[in-house]
Amino acid sequence: MAEKSGFSVHLRTYLTGYVLSVVLTLAAFWAVPAVGRENKSVLLLVGLLGVAQLTVQLKCFLNVTTQKEGRDNLALILFSTLILLIIVLGTAWIMGNLAMRMHTTM
Amino acid sequence: MNIMDYGWLGKLSWDSIVFSKLFTNFSVSEVVASTAGSIVIFATVAILFLLTWFRVWGTLWSVWLTSTDHKRIGIMYIVFALVMMTRGLLEGMVMRAQQAAAPDGFLYADHFAQLFSTHGTIMIFFVAVPFVVGLVNYVMPLQIGARDVAFPVLNQISLAITASSGILLMVSLVVGEFSTGGWSAYPPYTGTDFNPGVGPDYWIWAIVFSGAGTTLTGINFTVTILKCRAVGMGFFRMPMFCWTVLCSSILMIFAMPPLSVAALMLGFDRYLDFHFFTNDLGGNMMNYANLFWLFGHPEVYLLVLPAYGIFSEVFSTYSAKRLYGYKSLVFATMSIAVLSFTVWLHHFFTMGQSPTINIVFGIATMLIAVPTGVKVYDWMATMYRGRIRFTTPMIYSIGFLILFVIGGLSGVILANPTVDFQVHNTLFLVAHFHNVLIPGVLFGLLAGYNYWFPKAFGFRLDERLGKWSAYLWIVGFMLTFFPLYGAGLLGMPRRSFSYMDLTFKPYMLVAFIGAMVVLCALVTLILQLLVSLRDRKKNRVPVGDPWDGRSLEWSISAPAPSYNFAELPRVTDRDEFTETKEQGRAYQPPKVYRNIEMPRNNPLGFILCVLSGILMFALVWYIWWLALITALAIIVVVIASTFRWDSEQIIPASQVQQDTERWLELVKNTEPVGRDLENTPQNNGYAKLEH
Amino acid sequence: MSGNSSSISKPPSVDPGAIHKDPDMVIFGFWVFMMSDLIFFGVVFAIYITMIGATAGGPGPRELFDFGSLFAQTMLLLTSSLTVGIATITMKHQRSQGSFLFWVVITLLLGLGFLTLELYDFSEMAAKGGVPQRSGYLSAFFGLVPLHGLHVTFGCLWMLVMIVQVLMVGMTDLVKLRFLRLALFWHFLDLIWIGIFSVVYFGGWVYG
Repeated sequence: MAEKSGFSVHLRTYLTGYVLSVVLTLAAFWAVPAVGRENKSVLLLVGLLGVAQLTVQLKCFLNVTTQKEGRDNLALILFSTLILLIIVLGTAWIMGNLAMRMHTTM
Repeated sequence: MNIMDYGWLGKLSWDSIVFSKLFTNFSVSEVVASTAGSIVIFATVAILFLLTWFRVWGTLWSVWLTSTDHKRIGIMYIVFALVMMTRGLLEGMVMRAQQAAAPDGFLYADHFAQLFSTHGTIMIFFVAVPFVVGLVNYVMPLQIGARDVAFPVLNQISLAITASSGILLMVSLVVGEFSTGGWSAYPPYTGTDFNPGVGPDYWIWAIVFSGAGTTLTGINFTVTILKCRAVGMGFFRMPMFCWTVLCSSILMIFAMPPLSVAALMLGFDRYLDFHFFTNDLGGNMMNYANLFWLFGHPEVYLLVLPAYGIFSEVFSTYSAKRLYGYKSLVFATMSIAVLSFTVWLHHFFTMGQSPTINIVFGIATMLIAVPTGVKVYDWMATMYRGRIRFTTPMIYSIGFLILFVIGGLSGVILANPTVDFQVHNTLFLVAHFHNVLIPGVLFGLLAGYNYWFPKAFGFRLDERLGKWSAYLWIVGFMLTFFPLYGAGLLGMPRRSFSYMDLTFKPYMLVAFIGAMVVLCALVTLILQLLVSLRDRKKNRVPVGDPWDGRSLEWSISAPAPSYNFAELPRVTDRDEFTETKEQGRAYQPPKVYRNIEMPRNNPLGFILCVLSGILMFALVWYIWWLALITALAIIVVVIASTFRWDSEQIIPASQVQQDTERWLELVKNTEPVGRDLENTPQNNGYAKLEH
Repeated sequence: MSGNSSSISKPPSVDPGAIHKDPDMVIFGFWVFMMSDLIFFGVVFAIYITMIGATAGGPGPRELFDFGSLFAQTMLLLTSSLTVGIATITMKHQRSQGSFLFWVVITLLLGLGFLTLELYDFSEMAAKGGVPQRSGYLSAFFGLVPLHGLHVTFGCLWMLVMIVQVLMVGMTDLVKLRFLRLALFWHFLDLIWIGIFSVVYFGGWVYG
């Protein structure tokens, strides 16, 4: 019996994650053509929806938790995110600045 | 020419062999190149002959090549690194000779460019990295009280692809030519437009494969330290060396990908006519500089942090004192590791970005000097009032302490963008990075080599020649590189194969003399090994603790048994072995002998070494059918290896008991010696308690 | 972690040092690998961002992207992430080997469907002159999106090997452990895909 309920609890988590992900994806695919490319701030919305979906999938599919037994993983993910941000934002900053000063498009 | 238009042998032809140029274009430069090529061929033949003569192929295969034992893999890494170091060092000599002889040098510009490119590539990727990885492999699992690294077969694979990339570099001496683009291989110069030959392709594949090996090593070491420590060994009970290895491994995981991406993209530009870094059609070569140094800066800390760890062990052992400021050293190491990701732009201050960005990165760079300074003070305080013995590792360490501070300070000077604009691309920079890499990394590695050698082989290295070698390294280094600071300030560009301004000449002559002293240091190092091999009976230390060591690796016999510990230790203190010795708990038999499960030998690494070597060669020479076959073979072999279900073997408790009892018997019959007799034949590895 | 490896029995305590099979450690090791791979992707993303404008007069995102096909690909991959998750819990709760294999095969088919659509997209782009040799922008695009596709291909191959191994030896601990890692890998690829449709497609379309 316990076995069975464990199964359905897990299944429910996955299904919740799936439904939420579908909704967030639909929102992004709807928003971009609806707002159009003239308004660049639509990307902010896409970004937020993307981060929301990342969080949902990390939680529901990859079962990343803030609980004690998952601390190692969480620390690893957070540290990797920090390095990722340094690399991506740093590159965008440096190369963007360079492009601006050299009058090239980026 | 379309890449598919090549024949069965791709670009290969008789003219690709280095000796053919002797006939077509006889000159000193070609003689030097051919000599290098023949050394490679002669050495290979000699090794094959000796292996056959002594009939050791079987042993080589079953004990070394297929071994998954971290200790054997570590030793193989170090042997590989030493071989490559000999080559890299000789190339340095030839370059020094060329610049000392200028303006009438004896090398062609292209040949000189190949020399500095291979010298840099080899010294970083095939000497420093494998030497560090080798020492870590040997020592770290012993220090944390583990039986092996977390993933032994992965470890073997890392070695395999690092070695095959190194062998590829050796092949480039005989077949074709190497890149002329420096170790950093900046496009567009290394693109097809300016460099249509095979040189940059050799560089690309060696970097991609050895880089993958290093990444896998980083993963392996990180997991080993985080998950395989002995019971009771909390983070703050780990020996300092393990801390530095942890930080360095994290750097391997996160810093190698940008390099792999940069090299692969350069490959796409060259092979498939992409436009990542080309001049035309929207390519941007500055992206390459950015990527390369995203890797390049963490890389130097990846190398130097384990060396810091070695120095910490050496200072504390040979001062017979607990390491001073352990926690501050840990935090300094961690901050250096994180800060190293925030300074990469200082390698291209002059690229053309705004002064604001330069200042931000300049300040971040200077910040790194703070934790490093903390370390220097901690090491000095460790020695203060210690029972100091002036042994070979200590000479290296003290040489490091003084010289590294000079090198570090020249780095702080370079961190100032306005100064950097004046001296960038001059010999000042060359002097700076040799000044941090030789005393920082190489001295550390050589200190570690002298320090842990008895643990690995059961006998001490010859102390007299060791000291000679250490002093020669120090003097040779200073004579070679201090003049380069001066020449750099006078404006001599790096990588110049000749010059017209004779002001530089005296500096180059002194540097050449220094290079000869370094050569003597290398010869002494080799002599030391040979003499020690001859005297191995006299200098045996079978009990395993020749230096009154403080951490767990000294608590077992020398050489260590394949399973490391008969019973896994329970750790109660940071200097665990010192603690057990003082409480009289050392050299006790385990309460109960148990069967020990260890990984079995595995031919996977060796097979991948051969296959990846052939694959790289085929890619370099555009031999597509061979590349396709080997690539498929690699996939098939890897999949097939997952069908090996019994990857473990059992070492029976009876054998463990027999080994351990024989060793304990030996301990009982050995006379403990004090520190004064440390380097005499009386020292059989049993340290007398003196305090 | 979805590495929650509770369904795998730890080896009997012959020797407390036999760490080579500790499932938690193996899963953690795989996480570390994925984070390294994440940085690999991140660097290529960064290059893409710096090259969005570098079309050199060639076709750009507005001429080349097909959002309909993109949406279909996204849904296929997302659904496959769900099915691989269901396979994992079937395995964890010791359901029948048949139902486990059913969900694995469904995942494999979805993955192959994704790859087919992606390749179709690339051929459509090529027909409009969108080949990597045309411009820096297209080089960056074809450096990133097929890199993800290559990972998916590798995942499919891995899945085939797993199916063979389950049929050969059944659900042994080692096989389970391998499948847990495969599932992690597959979820991870879906995470990367979120970045791809947000940054590469939408970002490219808005800024390009």
